[in-house]
Amino acid sequence: MKQLTVFIENRPGRLGEVTEVLTENNINIVCLSLADTSDYGMLRMIVSQPAAACDVLSSSGFPAMLTDVIAVKLPHHFGQLKKLCGKLSAADVDISYMYALTSGEGAAIVLKTSDNEKAESVLSDEYTLMGAAEVYNL
Amino acid sequence: MMIWSKVETMSREEIEGIQLDKLKKNVSYVYEKVEPYRKKMDEAGVKPEDIKTLKDLSLLPFTTKQDFRDYYPFGLFAVDKSKLARIHASSGTTGKPTVVGYTKKDLEIWAECVSRLAVAGGATNEDICQICFGYGMFTGALGLHSGLENIGACVIPSSTGNTEKQIMYMKDYGSTLLVATPSYALRIGEVACQMGLNPKTDLQLRTALVGSELLTEAMREEMRKLFGDKLFVTQNYGMSELCGPGVSGECRELCGMHINEDHFICEIIDPKTGEVLPAGEKGELVVTCLSKEALPLIRYRTRDISRLFYEPCKCGRTTARMENLSGRTDDMLKIRGVNVFPSQIEEVLLKTEEIGPHYEIIVDRKNHSDILTIRVELAPAAMTDNFADLERITAKLKASLRTVLGLDAIIQLESPNTLKRFEGKAKRVTDNRKGKD
Repeated sequence: MKQLTVFIENRPGRLGEVTEVLTENNINIVCLSLADTSDYGMLRMIVSQPAAACDVLSSSGFPAMLTDVIAVKLPHHFGQLKKLCGKLSAADVDISYMYALTSGEGAAIVLKTSDNEKAESVLSDEYTLMGAAEVYNL
Repeated sequence: MMIWSKVETMSREEIEGIQLDKLKKNVSYVYEKVEPYRKKMDEAGVKPEDIKTLKDLSLLPFTTKQDFRDYYPFGLFAVDKSKLARIHASSGTTGKPTVVGYTKKDLEIWAECVSRLAVAGGATNEDICQICFGYGMFTGALGLHSGLENIGACVIPSSTGNTEKQIMYMKDYGSTLLVATPSYALRIGEVACQMGLNPKTDLQLRTALVGSELLTEAMREEMRKLFGDKLFVTQNYGMSELCGPGVSGECRELCGMHINEDHFICEIIDPKTGEVLPAGEKGELVVTCLSKEALPLIRYRTRDISRLFYEPCKCGRTTARMENLSGRTDDMLKIRGVNVFPSQIEEVLLKTEEIGPHYEIIVDRKNHSDILTIRVELAPAAMTDNFADLERITAKLKASLRTVLGLDAIIQLESPNTLKRFEGKAKRVTDNRKGKD
């Protein structure tokens, strides 16, 4: 599954411009995470058409790229995230970053790890992994 | 490669013979015709007959930019207005413009001087030359225009602006030679790429004659990357006060700019004491015009920093060469007591692959301390999905700047195409400290 990452300077209106480009091209934002430093921000998103979104943003002057991530359904129960983290660290997989995703009634997370393939195999017996097509169409 | 004039291959003795002969005549001419300069000479206690050897040049007083302001508009001219064939003026960003005039003969010699430099840079009578300097009062465009016409080349006077149309001319008419400022040349390449063209294969440019702003080696490399190895870039030097372009220019050996010594004498002085420095030493370039009728300047202080070399060049020319400029005395920034030339910063930035070639330098003063901020654009290829990589880019830049300048700078990363682009002389430095001492 591809995540779209966009570099934006901390300047009023920049985030609005990104969403404008996406709206004009009929691209839906499924979920996002926006992190910032004092000078610039990084917008990480799951969108309906990642490759097309990356092209239109790049040609509109926004540095954009696609990164492999995984999406995992997480039951709405106490202690679930702790358990998931424990499984990954036991397998020696580092979590680079994560953010939440709503999937109908349940919860889910988007994860970028040091080894996505390993993370998927470690988690697959107990968790439901979400396919790219499923997530893009949420 | 061809050499345009036999003057360019004369022996040192012959060149100096011509210079001394012309200098004596010129000093008498100026003493007689230009009142402000006569006053200066009288105050210094020098008479035209005191000039017996080329060394005696150092007895003469300097002419400065301030003289142009004091005697605006025509006070430094040696001919009556009726004898003028053309008037040009500098941009004059501060106060009145610097006005310069030419007689018909001045224009002919000017074209001849430019022809030599253009040929040294690789121009031939078969070239189709697109001149992307702004036409108008600025000397650059018409100077190159006349010099290139003089060698029998074809000229496209496309001027600046509407870069997409410029590229259409370039492609459709098959331009082989480009005249532009280095920063506009880069802009043209960038826009060509945005239009879906490959400047390396879709354009036929093979020679670039750049000028009017400093060309650093890093900038030359950047042009080569954009347009390909077949584009040979040379720079030439001049300033409106001296004639415009035509004082000196690089040959294909790229070892300094050959001076048109039968029309100009160059000296290097210590900018503080005014003392003449020996060959090979770095200092302010001072130029005396030998052939000008309308505006025959003597010992004009250019405020440009260079060195002079007199050894014959591998290209076959024997004329003295001036080292490519390392900056202008008035471009120098003093930041926390350290002398900084914007060109030093540029060298560092252009060597860093993760950022684009455009930049802005901003100097502020907060709490009595100078703050240097450099805005750069993240190169699309350096895009990343994590902050650590971005921090690495800024840290790397900071470290290289610290090594070169001995100063810490704030690096601001921006998206591509957000910084200002220039069609004429680039203005990349903003000093907000003025009047805040």
